[in-house]
Amino acid sequence: MAFSMTPVWRWFHRWTSPPNFYRIARPWALGLMLVGGVALLVAWIWGLVFAPEDYLQGNSYRIIFVHVPSASASLAMYLSMAILAVISLVWKIKLADMVLRQCIPVGLTLTALALISGAIWGRPTWGVYWIWDARLTSMLVQLFLFIGMWAIHTAIEQQKLADKATAILVLVGFVNLPIIKWSVDWWNTMHQPATIRITGETTMVWEMLAPLLLSMAATYCVVAALVLYRTRWEILYRERKTRWVQDELGLRGQA
Amino acid sequence: MMFLLRREWLLSWRRRSELINPLVFNLMVVALFPLGITPDPDELAVLAPGILWVAALLATLLSLDLMFRYDHQDGSLEQVATSGTPLAALILAKILNHWLFTGLALTLMSPLLGLMLNLPISLMPLTLLVLALGTLVFSTIGAIGAALVAGLRRSGLLLSLLVIPLYIPVLILGTGSINAALAGVSFVAPLSALAALACMALALAPWVAAAALQLSIND
Repeated sequence: MAFSMTPVWRWFHRWTSPPNFYRIARPWALGLMLVGGVALLVAWIWGLVFAPEDYLQGNSYRIIFVHVPSASASLAMYLSMAILAVISLVWKIKLADMVLRQCIPVGLTLTALALISGAIWGRPTWGVYWIWDARLTSMLVQLFLFIGMWAIHTAIEQQKLADKATAILVLVGFVNLPIIKWSVDWWNTMHQPATIRITGETTMVWEMLAPLLLSMAATYCVVAALVLYRTRWEILYRERKTRWVQDELGLRGQA
Repeated sequence: MMFLLRREWLLSWRRRSELINPLVFNLMVVALFPLGITPDPDELAVLAPGILWVAALLATLLSLDLMFRYDHQDGSLEQVATSGTPLAALILAKILNHWLFTGLALTLMSPLLGLMLNLPISLMPLTLLVLALGTLVFSTIGAIGAALVAGLRRSGLLLSLLVIPLYIPVLILGTGSINAALAGVSFVAPLSALAALACMALALAPWVAAAALQLSIND
């Protein structure tokens, strides 16, 4: 395979080899966790203590600093997982499967967090914890999808088969992602449409927006760090029979 | 393709006693709602579209497990895969056959169940139409789920977990059409969306299911 031996491709394979990734992921995970953790703390104190009160919702709006970052990160997580699934199915990179596997619990937690914080926020603003509007329902579907991925990966004992089946499920469920994203624009929902816009005008005062953006960036860092940490464990687990893992853990010579 | 369809049809026909089960299940589930919620005919008429759809959905789920099971067990899946016949063609045949024996049968039952739930008779043609379309999507998407779990020994509950989230849009559009008609407003929008969904699922799902099935065959 002449094609597969081009320098870029060779570099890519070396970079994604589990031992290499295990090593380079460590400082990244640590750095992202520290930066993200500190930034999240700053953003939450800023948002909870110093940001102004909302003229309509009073103090209850402050849960936005949990709700929006977790919801946004859960969608970004699903998008990354779809990309990983394509990489896994098309180029059969082992590392993509390992990362994908460990994205599942993190994505599941983020989705649940978004739903729960939304429900708590819904009570004072809408008068109910839950309504069956398009945004909430499609988000609930995403939660079900994450549970389904987890279930199928656990149920299939053969590693490779479990990875591929999960990747296919991720891609099939991908249709739900644009539905979540644009549900607030396509239908008349109780949930408000997006406030922060990359193109066009953002309808939020700076004193609220700044801590919100900071909390989002911080959440992304923490989430990335969590995935890196978990991927390192996954690598150790899957490669536990190999020599380098035995060396790494200092197990050789004892058994 | 005709040969594959004929084969599926014959195989199903020889196991017709198994095919009755989802239909009986459907009847029983529908019977649970009036007993569990209210026997009041007026309230039942409002609930009827939802009850019919949920029961049909559950009955379909129950029957999906068998879609690839026997062929996987007796090795005929591998035979087809190595024979040069595209797996997607086999899957399309299985989908159509599954719909014929389960989806269409459930659809044909629905007027009777609708009567028991006091659904207005004027809505029966629409109910038949949307259920026929909806169960076709159920069979099609269900094929992906069934293919994913084909190699597993105990897969019934897992299959439900995988497939139910994907069935939700069908349920919403299906009940939406009947409810719109019940309320006297136009049902064209949800009905067209459902038809579009059926076309898209039928065009794409065989390929996805083929990829999934290939995994369990290689295993």
